[in-house]
Amino acid sequence: MNRFLGFIKKEFLHIFRDYRTLFILFGIPAAQILIFGYAVSMDIKNAGIAFLDLSHDEITMELTDKIISSGFFKKTETLLSYSDVDKVFKKGKTKAVIIFESNFGKKLVSEGKASLSIIADGSEPNTATLVTNYTTAIVNNFNLRFAGDASLNSVRIQPEVKMFYNPNLKSHFMFVPGVITLILILICALMTSVTITREKEFGTMEVLLVSPLRPIQIILGKVMPYFILSFINVILILALSWFVFGLPVKGSMVLLLAESMLYILMSLTLGILISTLSGTMQQAIFISLIGLMLPSILLSGFIFPIENMPKVYDYVSMIMPPRYFIVIIKNIMIKGTGLAYIWKETLILIIMTAVFTGISVRKFKIRLE
Amino acid sequence: MENQVIKVRNLVKKFGRFVANDNLSFDVYEGEIFGFLGANGAGKTTAIRILSGLSAPTSGEVIVAGFDANKQSEKIKKNIGYMCQKFSLYEDLTVKENITLYGGIYGMSKQLIKERTGELLEKLNFRDYENRLIADLPLGLRQKLAFSVAILHEPKIVFLDEPTGGVDPITRRQFWEMIYETATRGINVFVTTHYMDEAEYCDRISIMSEGRIVALDTPEQLKKQYKAASVEEVFIKIARPVVN
Repeated sequence: MNRFLGFIKKEFLHIFRDYRTLFILFGIPAAQILIFGYAVSMDIKNAGIAFLDLSHDEITMELTDKIISSGFFKKTETLLSYSDVDKVFKKGKTKAVIIFESNFGKKLVSEGKASLSIIADGSEPNTATLVTNYTTAIVNNFNLRFAGDASLNSVRIQPEVKMFYNPNLKSHFMFVPGVITLILILICALMTSVTITREKEFGTMEVLLVSPLRPIQIILGKVMPYFILSFINVILILALSWFVFGLPVKGSMVLLLAESMLYILMSLTLGILISTLSGTMQQAIFISLIGLMLPSILLSGFIFPIENMPKVYDYVSMIMPPRYFIVIIKNIMIKGTGLAYIWKETLILIIMTAVFTGISVRKFKIRLE
Repeated sequence: MENQVIKVRNLVKKFGRFVANDNLSFDVYEGEIFGFLGANGAGKTTAIRILSGLSAPTSGEVIVAGFDANKQSEKIKKNIGYMCQKFSLYEDLTVKENITLYGGIYGMSKQLIKERTGELLEKLNFRDYENRLIADLPLGLRQKLAFSVAILHEPKIVFLDEPTGGVDPITRRQFWEMIYETATRGINVFVTTHYMDEAEYCDRISIMSEGRIVALDTPEQLKKQYKAASVEEVFIKIARPVVN
């Protein structure tokens, strides 16, 4: 036991002496959370919007006011004719133009319907979609009040269901779980694979293997510090998202931490597996970053919904651990559900951990030969 | 007969179809400095890895420090020291931390580690370097320290795999003095090298070529037998005919 403790202490010394390791461990997660939370925000705020009001009546004025006062938009210009639309987009500040047809108010009162066009700048597809969604929602809302009870059922559902768990449309509610998922697997796998291959590359691994330490002790000793630090990391990220974004954990904190531990463990065993596959630190870094990062971002459902992918990608994503953890963490953090809803994902992560461990142990032995 | 600390009979090691060690048989006796010579790729490192329990033999009998390498490699590990070609201390740890780490790994008590650390630093004139990072030390000093650490736990045998690679002649000289001193303390030294002048310092040497031991005797006997002035000439006479 003493041997083992001394060995763990040494690993901590490595980490604390190398400011780069510390930065990767703690600096990057904090930076990611802040970047994703603020810069890559999917919310719109003060998006430029222009109006072409061919009717100029009370109702169009009221609706215009409503859109501007929503806080999402800022009025850039008032247009006079259709030909101005192209010009205003070319200036770049305007993301959408709202056009009220002539006699908008009259038609609405007499016929019960009037048409309004929302033209968005398609060169920025993301913003365009968001802007049209937001304006549609505002208009629907307006409709609702205007039309009274008759159409209530038909319009109410759409905007509300979509944002049910995120009533204020705050996208960092979605991002924080995603970032935690991504960061943990990257850092754990990267760090462990690098720390193990470093010993191989420097020749110290041989000396350790010749020593009375058992291979399992060597591996555990190398991984344990990262397990502890990653766990602290989770707590830090959660604290950061709470203080900066006011993101609460709705479900059980204990369950969330336990699931995080499982996920960290899975990522660490994945890192060990990567280290057995790579001979140098460069290879380990390459496999961890390229092999894990892109698929994790693209195929885990972090940014792009898996339901919308072609079936092939759906199958590919099934072997991506982040896919499961993201479900778990979103369920616990945002919906507040318990283990009953996420036992399947949990089980899959447990199986993955077991498989990675199994393969690593085998590989490690073969290498000793 | 003297006591054997290493006994090897018909050792074969194959990697797939490649035969790295082809039927090696030799003994190392108590108190000897035993040298393993050979060109790169002759199978020296493979043999030393088997002897130190890093790798299992394909067939043959290997007894090290009284234990069977096939079944008792864990016990062998406790009784040997090892220093490999690559540098084996942690550069981001201090001299003292490295010593403490290895002492701990070999199950030495804190008290004992402290004592030995003191002796060691004294002997190497290393007092001032105690709390310096290994990265800040010159290569020669590191190499000496690595050797001292490898024998910190007073093993029965210490394996040195090309310990003097890349070291200047003066340090090499000092290094061999340390090896002699170690041998007089009753620790057997098993050393591989491709510096032929170093081979002269060994009690007995074995010359390997293409996985086989082609000569094994004291340097004097070998020189006499091959009518050569130095081990280097012996080596060239033995190793060359195969090539030409």
